[in-house]
Amino acid sequence: MAIAIINDLLTNVDWSEISDASLDTLFMLGFSVFFSTIIGIPIGLVLFLTSRGRLLQNGPIYNVLSFIINVLRSIPFIILLIVMIPVTTMLLGTSLGAKGTIPPLVVGAFPFFARLVENALKEIDNGIFHMAESCGATTWQIIWHILLPEILPSVIASITVTAIALVSYTAMAGAVGGGGLGDLAIRYGYQRFQTDVMLITVVLMVVLVQVIQMFGDLLVRWLRKK
Amino acid sequence: MIKVKNLYKSYRNQGKTQQVLNDINFEVPAGQVFGIIGKSGAGKSTLIKCLNLLERPDSGEIIIDGIDLTKITSNELRVQRQQIGVIFQHFNLLNSKTIFDNVALPLILHGNHDKAQIKAAVQEMLQLVGLEDFANKYPASLSGGQKQRVGIARALITKPKLLLSDEATSALDPQTTASILDLLLEINRKLGITIALITHELEVVRKICDKVAVIDGGRIIELGNAVDVLLHPREALTRKLIVEEETDKYLENVQQFYQFEKNANRHLLLLSFVGETTYQPLLSIVAKEANVEFSILRGELGRIKDTPFGQLLVEFEGGEDGLSLAKSVMTRLGVHYETIY
Ligand SMILES: Nc1ncnc2c1ncn2[C@@H]1O[C@H](COP(=O)(O)OP(=O)(O)O)[C@@H](O)[C@H]1O
Ligand SMILES: [Mg+2]
Repeated sequence: MAIAIINDLLTNVDWSEISDASLDTLFMLGFSVFFSTIIGIPIGLVLFLTSRGRLLQNGPIYNVLSFIINVLRSIPFIILLIVMIPVTTMLLGTSLGAKGTIPPLVVGAFPFFARLVENALKEIDNGIFHMAESCGATTWQIIWHILLPEILPSVIASITVTAIALVSYTAMAGAVGGGGLGDLAIRYGYQRFQTDVMLITVVLMVVLVQVIQMFGDLLVRWLRKK
Repeated sequence: MIKVKNLYKSYRNQGKTQQVLNDINFEVPAGQVFGIIGKSGAGKSTLIKCLNLLERPDSGEIIIDGIDLTKITSNELRVQRQQIGVIFQHFNLLNSKTIFDNVALPLILHGNHDKAQIKAAVQEMLQLVGLEDFANKYPASLSGGQKQRVGIARALITKPKLLLSDEATSALDPQTTASILDLLLEINRKLGITIALITHELEVVRKICDKVAVIDGGRIIELGNAVDVLLHPREALTRKLIVEEETDKYLENVQQFYQFEKNANRHLLLLSFVGETTYQPLLSIVAKEANVEFSILRGELGRIKDTPFGQLLVEFEGGEDGLSLAKSVMTRLGVHYETIY
């Protein structure tokens, strides 16, 4: 009964298309979060370790890396999508489809994430480094046994923030041929005035953001409580 | 165990060179507790960091157990550091790890991955510091004193020959400080570990140090056995550091109350005596033999580590002759005196 009423209201909605689009969005999101994290953590570490007064202090490396990160962060994502087309084609053979959105999404997100990691590392008390050095730890050991475990809760919080930013990025990427919920919203909702489709996609994205935030918060709280 | 020779250290701050340590020399025999006391900014932390080469001196030798740390490679230095435990004012525990894992950390960093061995070692250490039941807790749930116990367990787990402490009790309340000092003393006695500690608290030196160096403006201004330095400080600054809060303040008060004038018949003396002398009826012997009257204005009996001592502020009445006779009797009895008026 209730379902029938909802279906009457949502006459234009093709549920199988919605579910395909949702899966595409999850696919884009999953891979882009994964690669942004994998790339962002080491870069955040390098930024931190080569900065002034740190273990591997190195002005040139820090400055160059920091500059590149800043440049990438200042490019509007919609431009990045276009600029990245040749790179994506080179990497994956195509710049189309959900797969094709992953490289621009990662390039759009990892610099931001790397900065969050760098900041989390800066929060670690200097005394911890004295302690580690006094124990005769090597730089690798400090990274592996001390820095990474200590920033884990912050990293999870940063992944949450990044993932939520990426949800809206995936919508934009979808609009330029990537598929997913954003694509659906634009093709049906905007171009064909099917407001009900637009509404559903928006609701789904809101739910997605809420779920990500909730899981992230829960995980962080659990880790910090320890 | 520790031999420091001609140690110099400077920092460059905004183009200016600041000499932080100036020709530091001292030796600490194995098994002793060595205290470095001084005001904030005197260079204490820098000195203790030089002892395991966390800060590299500009020049000088730092010989720990026969090895000059300034002359070895960084890999050898890493090995030597495993022989030197360090405890810190702010504990420096890892919040992400359990107490067990915090204590085990140095073993892991030294490449020991034998789980059973690590477990046995950690349990032994936690028992030593009285935290057996805390293995699975996290630092956030511990009090300051408990955190420092964890810090001590972590510092000792590699069985070091030397323990360095940078203001280990400065963040703790007096009662907790006392219990941590007791623990350090117990460790010093049980395990025979040499301890070098820096502090700005007199109580720390008094309670556990055998030897003490007073540092000011990057120089050691006084160095000697704790008993000697604490009871008979030679330098005005040491006096200030050590005596100020106690006798000196009292002297001021006495001055105000009694309105001492220069009077040939009345003399104010600060007497100190250590060891067995403490338990003799000193003043009555002196009074009898020198035929002087005395009144005690202030007195203190205590211990500096294991040595009992007494310090009395005494007013003698009996003229110059009586006084000089009294002084010679006191010298014979082994009483140290300082003439104040
Ligand atoms: N890393 C550093 N860089 C520059 N100056 C320093 C550094 N560490 C200490 N100093 C300076 O050296 C002096 C002695 O400091 P410190 O050894 O920490 O003294 P204390 O522990 O006795 O309070 C201070 O004037 C301080 O400003
Ligand atoms: Mg200090």
